[in-house]
Amino acid sequence: MMERRKSTPGTKIAVEHLNVHYGKKQVLADICIEIKERQITALIGPSGCGKSTFLRSLNRMNDAVPGARIEGEVRLDGENIYNPRFDVVQLRQRVGMVFQRPNPFPQSIYDNVAFGPRILGIRRRSRLDEIVEQSLREVNLWDEVKETFRKQNALTLSLGQQQRLCIARTIATRPEVILMDEPASALDPIETLRIEDLMRALVQEYTIVIVTHNMQQAARVSDWTAFFLTDDGQIGKLVEYGETGRVFTNPRDQRTVDYITGRFG
Amino acid sequence: MTQRHLIQRLGFIFLGLVGFLVVAPILFVVGSIIWRGAGALTWRFLIEMPHNGMKSGGILPAIVGTLVLTAGVAIVAIPVGVGAAVYLSEYATDNWFTRAIRLAIVNLSSIPSVVYGLFGLGLFVLFLGFGTSILAGALTLAIMTLPVIISTAEEALRAVPAEFRTVSASLGGTKWQGIRYIVLPQALPGILTGVILGLLRAAGETAPILFTVAAFYLPRLPHSPFDETMALPYHLYVISTQVPGMPEGVQNATALVLLALVLTMNLVASIIRSYFRRRREW
Repeated sequence: MMERRKSTPGTKIAVEHLNVHYGKKQVLADICIEIKERQITALIGPSGCGKSTFLRSLNRMNDAVPGARIEGEVRLDGENIYNPRFDVVQLRQRVGMVFQRPNPFPQSIYDNVAFGPRILGIRRRSRLDEIVEQSLREVNLWDEVKETFRKQNALTLSLGQQQRLCIARTIATRPEVILMDEPASALDPIETLRIEDLMRALVQEYTIVIVTHNMQQAARVSDWTAFFLTDDGQIGKLVEYGETGRVFTNPRDQRTVDYITGRFG
Repeated sequence: MTQRHLIQRLGFIFLGLVGFLVVAPILFVVGSIIWRGAGALTWRFLIEMPHNGMKSGGILPAIVGTLVLTAGVAIVAIPVGVGAAVYLSEYATDNWFTRAIRLAIVNLSSIPSVVYGLFGLGLFVLFLGFGTSILAGALTLAIMTLPVIISTAEEALRAVPAEFRTVSASLGGTKWQGIRYIVLPQALPGILTGVILGLLRAAGETAPILFTVAAFYLPRLPHSPFDETMALPYHLYVISTQVPGMPEGVQNATALVLLALVLTMNLVASIIRSYFRRRREW
């Protein structure tokens, strides 16, 4: 296994005793985890194990789900984001998100990337131009669209380009954390590899948390791996968490062994 | 020819006839109005005051009156209607109150227009003391137009994928920013369609303005919102039924002007719609 870790990374997000209920159904129980700064943390596990729900609880996207109830603490740089005084809008500028299906707005490439900066109040054209170009360069889309990005509708891009555009849109507001919900599952293998390379480049600057169905992807790309599984009561729990190399080569829990060797899921 | 083919042929002929029956009255009405009205439709007819008990001269005050009333309706009904639609689609939760609002909107759109006229007479003309005036007429027409605007605008807003709102929120947008910068622009063509349909209906209505603004014979242009005014639909009603010995050419030319006005607005609506649609799918 590759040794990618820097010297003892700090904790970016500390989750303590997180419980999530949707109405009467409990989806996650007693999740405790420390997400390391400028590292890639992969959340793996079978469908319905609550890993996406967990991801969404890190930027409070579950708030909008009717009947959602969240207990416990999620501390971003030591501050509990579920504190009523914590500004959700500001939280989402610090913790950005990339979705499973590429979902650019049906507008120009430029307007897509400029959306976040604009709603932050940046209006100066030269500043926006700068941000758009830099963001497109960071996701390696610049060379493909530099002639047309001001006018070309984002929906005319290929799916893989669209997803890189969505990543550019997310990093345009300079978040500290990027959450990715199966960002490559709608893409072909070549585009998938591009996204993975991109993640390795972005992790120099950003803390990344990725949900993935694909264990090879988790092994290839992540520094840390968290394995989620539902218990007998269909409640999602964190079974094992550790450095990716260790989790895949020397798992401590028998259920992790069974899952990564393909015995279920 | 087999029997099956014969039946098919007969079926086509029958369906074609039915289709013709739909188009025929429109062709006949438009054709007969043009045939009998075009002769009387001169440039002077459009820009002159009526003379001689409306039997000669032009219909300028009626044209201006209808345009002013429609503009008044637009000023009142567009912000209120679109605002209500945004509230219903984006903010209101599904409870008995919002369901009651929706039920009210559906019912409002099925109320006969003469009832709106009486309502306007009671509320704006008498109770609020606006008198028979452009203000009272435009407000009455606006209330009649609101259900059309609200329901089409709400539909257009709901057609915008929920995902866009989520993405906007995930980028740190407030709910309002998501609506303002993503949802409303996406829904704009649909909203415009509803608005123009509503305004068309308002421009062509007679009953709501009957008691609230329309003047029988007022050969001058309105000066203030508290003036009465002539208006095309009511003028048409007057010269068709209330004035004996009216030249047929004048009646048909007036109808032609009203028709042209409405069709032009319709055309503008289609152009705006297709422009936005092209821009969106580019």
